[in-house]
Amino acid sequence: MFDTNELVINMGPQHPSTHGVLRVILRLDGERVIGSDVVIGYLHRGVEKLCEHRDWAQIVLITDRMDYVAAASNNLGYVETVEKLMSIEVPRRARYIRTILAELQRIASHCLWLGTHAMDIGAMTVFLYAFRERELVLDLFEEYCGARLTYNAMRVGGLPLDIPPGWDRKVRDFCDILGPKVDEYEQLLTHNRIWLERTRGVGVIPGEDAVAIGLSGPPLRGSGIPRDVRKDEPYAAYAEFDFDIPIGAAGDTYDRYLVRIEEFRQSVRIIRQALDGLPEGPILGKVPRLIKPPAGETYHAIEAPKGELGYFIASDGKSNTPYRFRVRPPSFCNLQALSRLIKGHLVADVVALIGSLDIVLGEVDR
Amino acid sequence: MLTSYVPIFIFIVIAAAFAAFTIVFARLVSAQKPNAIKLEPYECGIEAAGDARDRYSIRYYLIAMLFVIFDVETVFMFPWAVSLGKLAVFGLIEMLLFLFILVVGYFYAWRKGALEWQL
Amino acid sequence: MPAWLPPPAVLAHLGLILVVFNMLVLSAAFMVWMERKVCAYIQDRNGPNRVGFEGVLQPFADVIKLLFKEELRPKAADALLFAIAPVISAAAAFAAFAVIPFGTSTTLWGLLDQPIPLQVTDVNVAVLVIFAITSMGIYGIVLAGWSSNSKYSLLGGLRSSAQMISYELSYGLALAAVIMLAGSLSLREIVLNQAGTWWGFIPRWYVFLQPIGFLIFMTAGVAETNRAPFDFPEAEQELVAGYHTEYSSMSFAMFFLAEYVNMVTVSAVATSLFLGGWLGPFLPDWLAWVWFLVKVFLILFFYVWMRWTLPRYRYDQLMEFGWKYLLPVAVLNLLATAALILWIG
Repeated sequence: MFDTNELVINMGPQHPSTHGVLRVILRLDGERVIGSDVVIGYLHRGVEKLCEHRDWAQIVLITDRMDYVAAASNNLGYVETVEKLMSIEVPRRARYIRTILAELQRIASHCLWLGTHAMDIGAMTVFLYAFRERELVLDLFEEYCGARLTYNAMRVGGLPLDIPPGWDRKVRDFCDILGPKVDEYEQLLTHNRIWLERTRGVGVIPGEDAVAIGLSGPPLRGSGIPRDVRKDEPYAAYAEFDFDIPIGAAGDTYDRYLVRIEEFRQSVRIIRQALDGLPEGPILGKVPRLIKPPAGETYHAIEAPKGELGYFIASDGKSNTPYRFRVRPPSFCNLQALSRLIKGHLVADVVALIGSLDIVLGEVDR
Repeated sequence: MLTSYVPIFIFIVIAAAFAAFTIVFARLVSAQKPNAIKLEPYECGIEAAGDARDRYSIRYYLIAMLFVIFDVETVFMFPWAVSLGKLAVFGLIEMLLFLFILVVGYFYAWRKGALEWQL
Repeated sequence: MPAWLPPPAVLAHLGLILVVFNMLVLSAAFMVWMERKVCAYIQDRNGPNRVGFEGVLQPFADVIKLLFKEELRPKAADALLFAIAPVISAAAAFAAFAVIPFGTSTTLWGLLDQPIPLQVTDVNVAVLVIFAITSMGIYGIVLAGWSSNSKYSLLGGLRSSAQMISYELSYGLALAAVIMLAGSLSLREIVLNQAGTWWGFIPRWYVFLQPIGFLIFMTAGVAETNRAPFDFPEAEQELVAGYHTEYSSMSFAMFFLAEYVNMVTVSAVATSLFLGGWLGPFLPDWLAWVWFLVKVFLILFFYVWMRWTLPRYRYDQLMEFGWKYLLPVAVLNLLATAALILWIG
């Protein structure tokens, strides 16, 4: 009838629901998204280049700052890559503790995701509940290494610290607390009519497309692809534990939600097994005083809370620093799906989908 | 009795005066240091892309038109509802006839997809 | 008494208007506090507890803070509309309460010859007045959204109109069913019609005769007051602050005030129409308004409870819900009521 124009609107970088400084330029027809442009880089600190100018031991601390809500996972990925490069055998006790830390980190990260995702869809209370439990994990980390967010909790060849006495008891108590709390989140959301209508069929991505885009982690498993580095290429001590990989069917926001909720329970399961079988022994393997990997390059990936976190590191064998340092961050790769997911949906769904991909801009921009 | 509406009017005047007074009062007592950046419309910290006074499509305009029709119908139902006691069965049948016509229109609109504006 | 003064009845009436107005402002302040406190307890935290006992004075502290805030108006905004939008919102929110009866009547301990009813005014088409005035409030929001010349505000304003056309029909039809039962449009008569009990213990409130109508009214009431789960015009996670993104200082406070006064008004209307207004056992006539307050408070509590429990709907879903479910149900409810009234007599 009349000529109408597109409404071009900036969502972000300063927006309550873009989880940091993501900027999405939306082209709207009414409130329907007909096109979008994702702009990143507001938090770029040059982490990779920075790492090429730091000692191998110092880099652990820089990796903390990438996915700052899952620092332990970043540490784990890095130290394992260097260990692979140097062929260092890590003691079993250290691998067990690393697994416990990584799974606690997954729980903390998923708590943050659940809280913010639910808040994006308007369920404010879940946010505070989830953060309440995240606080318990942070307390455990604080007791382990003194830090609550950027832990610097691992070192090449093992761990800097053994667990404090009584810590395993506290982790066990936490596992007992978390189970019922996850049920509580589910009571508030899983069968809630409004939640179902807001998440079901929103942002559907079929399995093969998810693979083609390069999704990993819960967004990939939500689309029904049973890919999990913990199972497929076991690292740390995962090969010794029994756990399931939850997968979704429809590949929509709801399935991604269910996958992550189930991962809470599987993480608890892994932690319990690790605590039961926690071996005695040293926490640090045979590591030279000066870490200087032989010339060569390697890629090693772990299953971070947000997806496959890979490190590609090349060493020239001469200098004290990596020759080339490159990260495959899960958030960055998952974010590629955003433009595609939000197309045809409403503004209200855009925030739900950003939350559903669970991105951290520190990791996207590095 | 129209006099019974006077208090409503007084009430509106008091409310409006109260609102206007507090807004003006706040303007007088608060510090005003405007600058060009403060007076930009909010767009997430980025310079606005285009103006907000353009012509945009409002997808639900068909429902808005239907709304006008049905709203008039609702208003028509008020006097009928009050005097149902006097109109008795005759009134009910009349209203059923009236509603029947509307319901046909309602379902026609539904079938035609006027209520599916989001697709 | 000097001769130039108006008769005592008029003075008393003016006094009553002022009292009601102040009570509304205070109740809005109280609601802000209650909302924050209840929400805090729902969320396992303490909420405001510094200003005054358990933070009861927090809303006043907030108002004082807002009073001294800089007032900003985007330079491309429409100055006139931008300025009057909050006034419209606030005025419309207050005005609707004018026709709501909240108690029997009083002679002010014998000061007056004629008892005056506890109500600003008893007009014979009170329900229509409410219907009309509450719809006016939307203008404040739409104008605020449009005049700001900001896209987030604009989307908020548009959503508000979308929301209005979704719930208003069912809202009206739910009211019509009650009017039919009472045979009157005057709220005082509607309340008085609910006096008495069935079998001595079930009060003759319309909520028992009109359970579906009550549910429709409550649902529409949530949408009417822009409360979660239907708080689309200001959904902060999506539209930052929606229609009042560009408002600051007292202009913003007026929208805030309007929202809470609207809640009180909708709860008061629901109380009068469905829960027997000020009617209740045990209390003497002159204290009947306590019952009114209790019932209004319970409904308000319900709204707060719902806001902090449920996720937000999407506005196209509300529209679909309003047109495909609420409207047919409301029409059927009205016809069934009419048929039953004629059948039973």
